[in-house]
Amino acid sequence: MEVPILKQGDILIATVQAALTDSDLLQLRRALVEKVVKARARGIIIDLTAMDVMDSFASRTLREMAHMIRLRGAETVIVGIQPDVAFAMVQLGLSMGGVTTALDLEEGLEYLHRRFTRMS
Amino acid sequence: MENEINVPIASDHDVVVARHKGRGLATELGFSASDSTLVATAISELARNIVLYAGRGEIVLRTTHNSNRPGVMVVARDKGPGIASIEQALRDGYSTSGSLGLGLPGVRRLVDEFEIVSEVGQGTTVTVRKWKG
Repeated sequence: MEVPILKQGDILIATVQAALTDSDLLQLRRALVEKVVKARARGIIIDLTAMDVMDSFASRTLREMAHMIRLRGAETVIVGIQPDVAFAMVQLGLSMGGVTTALDLEEGLEYLHRRFTRMS
Repeated sequence: MENEINVPIASDHDVVVARHKGRGLATELGFSASDSTLVATAISELARNIVLYAGRGEIVLRTTHNSNRPGVMVVARDKGPGIASIEQALRDGYSTSGSLGLGLPGVRRLVDEFEIVSEVGQGTTVTVRKWKG
């Protein structure tokens, strides 16, 4: 299941649309890290509203992805983690490390726009 | 047994199938969305361990009962290399595959009952139960 990546100004938006396998997650990471440079993006939003489970592999992969993207000069915001999924993550002992999270796509966009305004 | 689902595990795709079926069973038994997600997450971790360490194995899902409460029983079985030190594997932060190492202790926190039997060279069987809240 490939994750579509849309470009909106200097922001890339990846919307997960169904449960992702480990290879789907790695593929998403590859695609985003590549696209950040090609699209000269400054911000990336990953929308996890449709993600059924965030286990140790998924959270580690997303955390690493955010760090790679930061090294390429852009910022990642993870949005849409569902309450039940968040509860399971905490029970499992997982965190998103230093990755910025926001409630939904709208708040994620707002956050990035505020950051860009402050930086310019 | 009224409800037994056997999911062969050999790839990351099977991990998603197994957790999906586990969530379905929990929901069928009237588990809350939150508890169903805990079951699905536990299955995801157990099934991935099979793929990662043993290559292949199976997840068996069953309905079970504890006096008057229904529950989901998950058996994750493989004939892989086995675990030399279960005590160590159940400690947070331990991993032999260079992965996060939160696997088993994390899974134990997601469920109500957790048993592990493992023999080096023979394989590993993890059995967990979660009761309807």
